[in-house]
Amino acid sequence: MYDIAVIGAGIAGCSIARELSRYNVRIILIEKNSDVADGTTKANSAIVHAGYDTKPGTLKARFNAPGAQMYERLCSELDVPYKKTGSLVLAFSLDEMKTIQKLYDQGISNGVSDMEIIGKDKVLEIDSNLSDELVGALYARNAGIVSPWELAIALAENAVENGVNLLLDSEVTNIEKMNGLYRLHMEDKLVEARLVINCAGLYSDKINEMVAAPSFKILPRRGQYNVFDKSLNFVNTVIFQCPSDLGKGVLISPTIHGNTFIGPDAEDIQDRESVQTTMEGISYIWEASARSAKGLKPNAVITAFAGIRARSSTDDFVIGESKEAKGFINVAGIESPGLTAAPAIAIHVADIVKELMGGLGANADFNPARRKVLRFIELSEEDKNILIKQDPRYGRIICRCESITEGEIVDAIHRKAGARSLDGVKKRVRPGSGRCQGGFCGPKVMEILARELGIDIKDVVKNSRKSYILTGETKDKSLYEDVHDFAAASKKI
Amino acid sequence: MKEYDIAVIGGGPAGLAAAIEAKKHGAEAVLLIDRDKELGGILQQCVHSGFGLHIFREELTGTEYAERFIKELKELRIEYKLDTMVLNITEEKVISMVNKTEGLVNIKARAVILAMGCRERTRGAINIPGTRPSGIFTAGTAQRFVNKEGYMVGRNVVILGSGDIGMIMARRLTLEGARVRVVAEALPYPGGLVRNIVQCLEDYDIPLLLNHTIVDIKGKDRIEGVTIAEVDENRKPIAGRLQYYECDTLLLSVGLIPENELSKGIGVKLDPITGGPVVNESMETTVNGIFACGNVVHVHDLVDYVTEESRKAGRNAASFVKGKAAEYGLPISTKPGNGIRYIVPHFIRQDKVEHSVDLFMRVDKIFTNKKLVVKSGDTVIRIINKAYMRPGEMERISITAESLKTVDNLSLTVDVE
Repeated sequence: MYDIAVIGAGIAGCSIARELSRYNVRIILIEKNSDVADGTTKANSAIVHAGYDTKPGTLKARFNAPGAQMYERLCSELDVPYKKTGSLVLAFSLDEMKTIQKLYDQGISNGVSDMEIIGKDKVLEIDSNLSDELVGALYARNAGIVSPWELAIALAENAVENGVNLLLDSEVTNIEKMNGLYRLHMEDKLVEARLVINCAGLYSDKINEMVAAPSFKILPRRGQYNVFDKSLNFVNTVIFQCPSDLGKGVLISPTIHGNTFIGPDAEDIQDRESVQTTMEGISYIWEASARSAKGLKPNAVITAFAGIRARSSTDDFVIGESKEAKGFINVAGIESPGLTAAPAIAIHVADIVKELMGGLGANADFNPARRKVLRFIELSEEDKNILIKQDPRYGRIICRCESITEGEIVDAIHRKAGARSLDGVKKRVRPGSGRCQGGFCGPKVMEILARELGIDIKDVVKNSRKSYILTGETKDKSLYEDVHDFAAASKKI
Repeated sequence: MKEYDIAVIGGGPAGLAAAIEAKKHGAEAVLLIDRDKELGGILQQCVHSGFGLHIFREELTGTEYAERFIKELKELRIEYKLDTMVLNITEEKVISMVNKTEGLVNIKARAVILAMGCRERTRGAINIPGTRPSGIFTAGTAQRFVNKEGYMVGRNVVILGSGDIGMIMARRLTLEGARVRVVAEALPYPGGLVRNIVQCLEDYDIPLLLNHTIVDIKGKDRIEGVTIAEVDENRKPIAGRLQYYECDTLLLSVGLIPENELSKGIGVKLDPITGGPVVNESMETTVNGIFACGNVVHVHDLVDYVTEESRKAGRNAASFVKGKAAEYGLPISTKPGNGIRYIVPHFIRQDKVEHSVDLFMRVDKIFTNKKLVVKSGDTVIRIINKAYMRPGEMERISITAESLKTVDNLSLTVDVE
């Protein structure tokens, strides 16, 4: 029996579970996938938005700017890379300059600081690769970039360190409303909790409908991206175009790890699992981004991906206790700026929980800091040598594209909420994220996973339980169905 | 800081041959560094035969070919470090490397030979649309699993790209009991050697679809199938010419890219076509005393040619450190003309050519009954008749020292005429 069950270990669920772990409550964080941060959190633009483009009065506006202001401290507590790069919204005509002015005014009313409308020369000074056709831009110094999945993983790890139970591979299939508690049904287990917090992302409407009549629908909207090789180093800030009805448009942005990406497009789709890229989608982001800057080359692309925004039919975040189900709190429709808003949403949800539970006592053992992650390549020469002496596994580089050592991979596996799959390792410490896309390091990472998890290498998966990589050993006789016993046959001859 | 005459980066066929040749030509302290736990590079997983026909006049497997060089390296007592990653090389030839036992070490060399080889082009690099399930491998990674680790990567296989490794893996997987359904190639001609088309595909009734590419990948957890489309002359899919193939594995053999991250760090100039360093007749890059050879310079068809080129680099690196400094006249530059994608070497210093210099090049499409014409301005230096030329096979033209003397405007052009 738990006090609180959080459904969904994406950025929202992980932020909330970690925030609630400050208090003396029993919490379980339930995730249907085999890893935390495995849905929308692992496939989005990874931007910490300044907060000027949310409509005043919406929940998006209410939590965006405050969320952005919490990033610096949060990422330093959890040792997650975050960089305040600033962002530019480009205008290509005087008409668009009017939009820029509107965004500026909106930002002021949303409480965004450090914004400025700047002319072409200043824009090109900040980012010289941008198109010559631009007129000016809105420069927001508070915008930044982060690794959303690393943040969610760090939040989950810290939550578990502070007493939260994490349940992976557990899809909630039904929720029973009992007297004063909820019973959550999963394939092979049951969980009971007094409060339920629905952070189920693309499936949050379905989870809501297990206890209440439909009050919002998730309208999945896919976005596709291309990621470029690190050697490109194309922009310093997050480059937006003027927003349209479909969203913030196609960006060009640096990633926190030094790559460049373009994307996303915005395509309404039916299937919530449909994260494939398409030829049309990719050509669209190339066309659209070419307006901001020319000079991106297809041969510098290292990968493509697509993510799905969990957009609500209400066109805003859905946050609060269900009107029909007491103690059931929805945190749904967390599309952009959901990543930015998540820390602020978590505090708000903790307040709701306090009210529902009649106050919360502090968790005396709460530690907001996560054990530091040793990133070999960032250490000084001296520190590298000290580290290798202590643990020689930090002297063995497994991923040559990103210079990741065996020590870092082993650490990522053994941390709380640690890596259990190839993608799990990739999300935490990056082997496979570089230009060879795991061609060289994949087999070595699999070997390390098998050894550290005490499993057969054939049971190492890419991400989900069914995403097997190896199909068996060579010289497997069962594959030669049409060949009879060769030895017996030769004897007869 | 420990000092060496020559540091060789990479212990594959290029690095082995270069280190051996350097030592034989008088370089004393030679150090070879490799990131793997064994020498031989990619040859360790090449259990098929076809190696050594030019160098040894006999047919060897890749592992046997490597073994001969490894043996010689050891007999010559050339120092080597395994499981060691080079992190950085400076223009002053200070090499930073790291391993488990010594930690981070800096050494200084008087000459460096870059022999890092190449990597495979990935699915991401060519933007194949679709989902991102497991079961998609580059051909070389699959080859490593099957031949080195002893694991199968699938049972029902589609291969995209007709590079040599892809075709060799088609045969290998068939022999291990898998079904290879088809090899699709976006270009109108195969990427690899003719002998591999015959021995790896035709002999096993594996269809090769030219002018075809993959336009969609299906499968959420493991790959379930691919859609293959016919493409037009601009490699754009033709509407309606689609076929779905069920499969549990997709191998990619869509090109190799020289691995020049370290070279870029040193500041050597790279040829945008080959992706490798610009080199002269001695396999020296644009940075004095930094040499390069093998697939890090340009992707070769046969390891025998890698060996040959690497021996040249080794010899010249040895003579560089022995300090026979000399003044050379302005170099002749080689220029790819009509129908030629690139030429290696990029520069020729006449004084360094004793008897002849070989130009290596690839044509940009298939040609039948044409001539390769080497010219300097309007002066024709050499003409070679060619019944058949294709991008998949490297062309070689030997130019004598004598005829180099007739070059007057410091440039040599090769055209297909």
